[in-house]
Amino acid sequence: MANPMKIRAANKDGVTEIKVLMNHEMETGQRKDSSGAVIPAWYINEVKVELAGKTVMTAEWGPSVSKNPYMAFKVKGGKAGDKVVCSWTDNKGDKRTDEATVS
Amino acid sequence: MNTNTKRFDRRQILKAAGGLGIMAFGASMSPMAFAAWNKAAFEAKSLSDVYGALGAGSPSNSGDVQIIASDIAENGAVVPIQAVSKLANTEQISILVEKNPSALVCLFNLTADVLPEVTTRIKMGQTSNVTVLVKAGGKYYTATKEIKVTLGGCGG
Repeated sequence: MANPMKIRAANKDGVTEIKVLMNHEMETGQRKDSSGAVIPAWYINEVKVELAGKTVMTAEWGPSVSKNPYMAFKVKGGKAGDKVVCSWTDNKGDKRTDEATVS
Repeated sequence: MNTNTKRFDRRQILKAAGGLGIMAFGASMSPMAFAAWNKAAFEAKSLSDVYGALGAGSPSNSGDVQIIASDIAENGAVVPIQAVSKLANTEQISILVEKNPSALVCLFNLTADVLPEVTTRIKMGQTSNVTVLVKAGGKYYTATKEIKVTLGGCGG
């Protein structure tokens, strides 16, 4: 069901920039389908990012994060070859973890 | 049949989690706490309710908090926003949209290694004030910017 995330991580001058693009509907629970029935909410609510085995950031999201969520942030330290692991959980309990290597 | 039991279980778990959430509120403030989705804060409708649920009290406006976003968003379903804090010891950055059905959009817990700037994309139902709430050194600060939406992002 859940498609892989795209993770890019690059180290420049001792700072690692991590960009993550996730694949998720992020349904708000506000919309109605053509027959007028409410489409139930379905969204990522917890996100965790690890760099070189250490958790650097966690996030809590609501349904008003855009469909196919994107986030970018910078971490002090890290080096080329370090592993970035990003995982999310949605409100239906579905999970996905993907990893990338710092370039 | 199967799905019924499942649904019931889920409801019970949610209930239990809600109770625990209130009890464990103090403990869950640690930036390393994971799996502590703050249900009350995400269900709160108004800014002051969100501040209450996060334990932020009445945060003060600060020039050290910046919102980098265009003044007009053509498509409310995808509004790019960068939140930047220049305050020392920034632990948490949240983005709130005043006129969305639930004000709190997202909340990022940052460890000391993360630079206090986060970029993401949010949905906005209509033209509204967008507030960035920053927790730094145990205190809360905000910045607010109005973003005009020409096409709503919450259906309807």
